[in-house]
Amino acid sequence: MSPELINLIIQATFESLYMVGIAALLGTAFGLPLGVFLATSRKGELFAAPIVNRVLGIVVNATRSTPFIILVVAIIPFTRLIAGTSIGSSAAIVPLTIASTPFIARLVEAAIREVDGGLIETASSFGASPLQIVFKVLIPEALPGLLLALTLAVVSLLGYSAMVGAVGGGGLGDLGIRYGYQRFMPEMMLAVVVVLIALVQLVQSAGDYLARRVNRRLRHR
Amino acid sequence: MNAYQSLAIGQPIERLEAIPPAVDAMVRFEGISKTYPAYRGKPGVNALQTIDFAIPRGSITGVIGRSGAGKSSLVRLINGLEKPTTGRVIVDGRDISALTGRALRLAQRSIGMIFQHFNLLSSRTAADNIALPLEIAGWAKADIKARVTELLALVGIADKHDRYPSELSGGQKQRVGIARALATRPSVLLSDEATSALDPQTTRAILDLLANINRELGVTIVLITHEMSVVRQLAKEVVVLDAGHVVESGHVADIFTHPKHPITQSFLAEAIGDSLPVSLASRIVPEPSAGGHAVIRIQVDGAGAGDTLVARLAREIGRDVSLLSARIDEVGGQHVGSLVLGIPLGVSSGADAVTRTLAFMSRHQFPAEHLGYVA
Repeated sequence: MSPELINLIIQATFESLYMVGIAALLGTAFGLPLGVFLATSRKGELFAAPIVNRVLGIVVNATRSTPFIILVVAIIPFTRLIAGTSIGSSAAIVPLTIASTPFIARLVEAAIREVDGGLIETASSFGASPLQIVFKVLIPEALPGLLLALTLAVVSLLGYSAMVGAVGGGGLGDLGIRYGYQRFMPEMMLAVVVVLIALVQLVQSAGDYLARRVNRRLRHR
Repeated sequence: MNAYQSLAIGQPIERLEAIPPAVDAMVRFEGISKTYPAYRGKPGVNALQTIDFAIPRGSITGVIGRSGAGKSSLVRLINGLEKPTTGRVIVDGRDISALTGRALRLAQRSIGMIFQHFNLLSSRTAADNIALPLEIAGWAKADIKARVTELLALVGIADKHDRYPSELSGGQKQRVGIARALATRPSVLLSDEATSALDPQTTRAILDLLANINRELGVTIVLITHEMSVVRQLAKEVVVLDAGHVVESGHVADIFTHPKHPITQSFLAEAIGDSLPVSLASRIVPEPSAGGHAVIRIQVDGAGAGDTLVARLAREIGRDVSLLSARIDEVGGQHVGSLVLGIPLGVSSGADAVTRTLAFMSRHQFPAEHLGYVA
């Protein structure tokens, strides 16, 4: 493989990491509070707001059921509004964030719901405010689950990022389609797939390791 | 069958004046009822009805009842985790049922609570679990550190400072729970079935610890339990709850030496075991046989229970009385239990000996019962 092609792969890898990294950060920034709210706002819960909970649930489901490639195209005007352009890696971060936020929110909700309800009652019993309960009880106790959720989100984002090539987003998926598929360069396709597999493997291992590190539940048994 | 067993379960017995209104109350329930509305197809529940009683300051008060009697609702009214449907709950002179938001959270700092399943944060060490209520109350780091060290020593696990709950035994976890509940120097400690998940030996140790805390710190302790043994070992006052009603309340010794309500009687029966040993029960027959014994069970309680009873009976009827089975326990400092005696029938029918035994017991006010005969 020529040095030019190798350079292309390296450049595409960085584009992918850039898109996925920023989208994961933003998706977490929006998805974490949304997920915590979804997990604590049903009737009788910490931030009880059943109607808001229902509405947000519907919005989250709607976003999640829209195929990503359609979402990318459908929100082009919005992307242009936010990023100033609808083309390129930076612009691609907008649809990636919008797709990952509800996904992360649902994973966060599941992780938070795993926390024993008795702990919420306990913290309430010594006068903790709802926000103190979130930051001192729910999030620390759900941390292993939250880290695994985030890992899953990053892996999914790597998959999504391959599709933003369709709107000129760049990255590994774009490279694979333009060179590997459209120009019949199987070795390029292979290289892209190998790099993606390595990335997913790396992310998953790191996530598993961190989740195990912070899990005090069964560690010393 | 005694007269009280004909009472409908849940019907209150007029004995509430056992705790006089003038008593210095730490917790006072005034006209409390608690109803859970119907929700998602489940019918509404009247968890508590017409609850009026006081928990004396500095006491250890047991609240005993079967599951579903309303114990958990009752205890959660004390620390404001639940609101009464009607009535007021006065804790240390303050109507906690009227407080909300920040005022309630401040009041909750003076009421500690421990739980059946300990409810420790798995992500925090023993020390950090104890520190949690102090962090929430906004204590300075150095003060928290000193207080936590003090509390770990108080509950006897100073060496477990950096251990996570997963590395602690059940008894040690509950000690952490107790230390955490006491962290903010509360005046009331609520215990919700705190020993129900522990083995008998550990239960004993935890109850001793609670007794020490009550004695040394003067903390009023409210024990929710379904186990008679817990009330017996620790409490001085008891409230018997059944189907949302207080059916009896007063000093443990009074209530359990003269139980009036069937529920109270059944708790006592469990504690002292009024059932006969199987080997004896299987030998009892309805008809006497020559050279056999009449079997008589005597309930003993209160003053001088049984001390010299058997000897005096033997003198009275002029026969060697044998002790077939006995179970005597201490409830609130009083002896209660049952003796099963064998009265030798001799060559005559022995009916006379049985009659004289029952008369003797009746004269000394020990309930006695003729169960039958053994060969």
